[in-house]
Amino acid sequence: MPYIDAQMVEDIAIGAAFLGTGGGGDPYVGKLMALQAIEKYGPVELLDVEQIPDDAQIVPAAMMGAPTVLVEKIPSGEEVFRAFNMLKEYLGKEIYATIPIEAGGVNSMIPIAVAATQQLPLIDADGMGRAFPELQMVTYHLYGISATPMVIADEKGNTILLNTIDNFWTENLARNATVVMGGSVMIAIYPMTGKDVKKAGIRNIVTYSAEIGKAIRLARQNDQNPVAALIKVTGGYPLFKGKIGDVIRRTTGGFVRGQAIIAGIDEFRGSKLELHFQNENLIAIQDGKVAATVPDLICTVDAETAIPITTEGLRYGQRVVVVGIPCDEKWRTPKGIETVGPRYFGYDVDYIPVEKRVKEVR
Amino acid sequence: MSYRLGIDVGGTNTDAVIIDENLNLVAKVKTPTTQDVSSGIFTAMRTVLEEAAIPPEKISYTMLGTTHCTNAIVERKRLCRVAVIRLAKPATQSIEPTTGWPPELKEAIGSRYYLVEGGHEFDGREISPLNEEEIRKIAQELKGKVDSIAIISVFSPINAEHEKRAGEIIKSEMGAIPITYSHEIGSIGLLERENATILNAALINIARNTANSFVDALKKEGVTNATVYICQNDGTLMAVDYAVNYPILTIACGPTNSIRGASFLSNVENGIVLDVGGTTSDVGVITNSFPRESSLAVEIGGVRTNFRMPDLVSIGLGGGTIIREDNGEIKIGPDSVGYRITEEALVFGGSTITATDIAVRLGLADIGDKEKVNCIDMEFARRAHEKIMTMVAEAIDKMKVSKDPLPLILVGGGSIIINGTLEGVSEIHRPDNFDVANALGAAIAQVSGEVDKIYSLSDMTREQAMDDARKLAKEEAIRAGANPDTVTIVQQEDVPLAYLPGNATRIRVKAAGSLSR
Repeated sequence: MPYIDAQMVEDIAIGAAFLGTGGGGDPYVGKLMALQAIEKYGPVELLDVEQIPDDAQIVPAAMMGAPTVLVEKIPSGEEVFRAFNMLKEYLGKEIYATIPIEAGGVNSMIPIAVAATQQLPLIDADGMGRAFPELQMVTYHLYGISATPMVIADEKGNTILLNTIDNFWTENLARNATVVMGGSVMIAIYPMTGKDVKKAGIRNIVTYSAEIGKAIRLARQNDQNPVAALIKVTGGYPLFKGKIGDVIRRTTGGFVRGQAIIAGIDEFRGSKLELHFQNENLIAIQDGKVAATVPDLICTVDAETAIPITTEGLRYGQRVVVVGIPCDEKWRTPKGIETVGPRYFGYDVDYIPVEKRVKEVR
Repeated sequence: MSYRLGIDVGGTNTDAVIIDENLNLVAKVKTPTTQDVSSGIFTAMRTVLEEAAIPPEKISYTMLGTTHCTNAIVERKRLCRVAVIRLAKPATQSIEPTTGWPPELKEAIGSRYYLVEGGHEFDGREISPLNEEEIRKIAQELKGKVDSIAIISVFSPINAEHEKRAGEIIKSEMGAIPITYSHEIGSIGLLERENATILNAALINIARNTANSFVDALKKEGVTNATVYICQNDGTLMAVDYAVNYPILTIACGPTNSIRGASFLSNVENGIVLDVGGTTSDVGVITNSFPRESSLAVEIGGVRTNFRMPDLVSIGLGGGTIIREDNGEIKIGPDSVGYRITEEALVFGGSTITATDIAVRLGLADIGDKEKVNCIDMEFARRAHEKIMTMVAEAIDKMKVSKDPLPLILVGGGSIIINGTLEGVSEIHRPDNFDVANALGAAIAQVSGEVDKIYSLSDMTREQAMDDARKLAKEEAIRAGANPDTVTIVQQEDVPLAYLPGNATRIRVKAAGSLSR
């Protein structure tokens, strides 16, 4: 049975930050929490989805709010347990295991810390296979699973139990509660059964994150090309290689929207890529032609080190490689496209899978 | 006529200059840096005073940029025993202070830390009221056990009230003990700011000793009328009695002084500085005559901090870089003959082709015996030079923030290898006296004030928030001793906070001005 140890935490942090497609925050604080928990309580058991009993109670754990607040007001470490315990009490059932809600710098790490401290196994799956900004943007939502009952907890000891009429109300109420509670909270959300996870979860995401991080680490150690190693392990499409020109950002409704213009280098010399983002990268347009859109993954990495770059970290002059990765099939259904497709984010563009887009652009 | 004395300690040399009140160079010296650093400073001081042959009492300002503090952290020597008081409970308990520090460094300062109720939210509300009783108890317990205290509260860059109040209580209980407040040291990012605060607290004794012995030595040389300043790493100065409380702000002032000196020598206020050494080159950026700061976390002696540092990129290219051909492809380094260049380079009778040899072969530089490089194929030399220039152009481009071409200032002993046009560069400057650019940078330094705050844009516009921050920064600079007429904004940036409604934005502004008088 595989266990998550300190080295694997390091690898997952890099891999998940990559899959965060520019969002999901910097993993540093979450990583320290996970490492400290593992040092104290031992490695975390990683469960394959097939190993979970159908009726087992599964609860995802996550941080909600601004990563900038998280790095200043570090969690007490108790919030997430209070959220767990309150939800457990409300449900009247023991929690069998926890699971990440998304792959991203912060929320790949929090569930590991929770699993280690609560002595629970971690399930090798999540609800996005990438990062998204809103609570209803998970594959669980697509299968009609309710985000509530959900518990929001802050470090002061406040907890809120939410029961809502739909997952959009959950997002709205929880987002506002987050601000009042100080901008960074822990949540226990989308309580579900083992059967639900088998049906709605995106499988092997923890292992996948670890493999990505490991490939980058080994390539750098052995003086090989880390970007080539990244492409190989992900099977992704190198959409573009270039130098970042202008970066424009503006805040609307609590989300940072913006775009970066990337001028092509090497085999892309003479070409231009426009990268639009709202916390996460949403759409890439090469010379006027759409090269990739959400929900497919559009990931930006440093062209030399393959270290993922968040949208907050995009700066003029960086040499980057933009990689497109097909999203999970669950996102490619009509309801998936409706929930997280380009039109949801305000782009008048049809969703066409990245593997087809790539052929059209070339 | 009055004068200024500037001294800068580098890894290899300690440089000193004397300039007059119109900032003209009067004398310069270079002496080897000594193991104890101080005796090298005194030698440089004595020699440059002799050289200048001016009455020492005519010196009205002295500026010192030194490596004492960096060395102490790296060597883990002579550090204070520090108590760390974090005002944050119940927040932040999941990560203890000094997590991730090298164990010897933790041991050197005696890991004594306390977590107390207090701290603020991002919007300025209290997380919990400050537990004054607890702080009083801690102060009693610490009497005679530590030399220095570090106080850190959550979001203190936004609201420093709790840090200040805790300091008052400690002073009233413990009497005179040095206290470092995190809001004076770093910006948002608790762990990184806390680390920098603890390091600062640990350096207080060294800073005092260094400052005292420097002031004494000046007196001995007859420099009795000078105001003494210590250089910070942002190109500005601290009065010596103020500096002893903020030693961490001196770390890495060397590269900063060098960039500032280059800007001064070339009269370029906005541009790129390329400092070419024997093995590597550093590229820095000057914005309004100040070095641009790095926005990333930086490590000092194995400790992660968010403490401001000059933004530099280093490339493996210098005068001694070895040039070779590998399967028809020209390779530039990254290895170098380093200081052995005077034995190993072709022009000096050696047998290794270096970047310097390429420059001599192409007639771009005149050094050593140029007959000795005739064996290099002209075509090879041209291709190698082209590759060197591409490397430099790429490094410069990485550091730029826009496409507009900028002037380039070349300094450093290896800069003879750079010649010709560079993409993205409008003109190349090679100023005289570049060998003492760093001591000059110290002598011409200004004083500054800085603000780093989160503003909520629901009750004001972005422009109003920027105005408020600019006003606060200017006030800070004037408090630090700047002539109000000369204070200008030298840096500003705003970054919106992601994933939070309410349009909170973080604004950082720095103002600087010339010394009064």
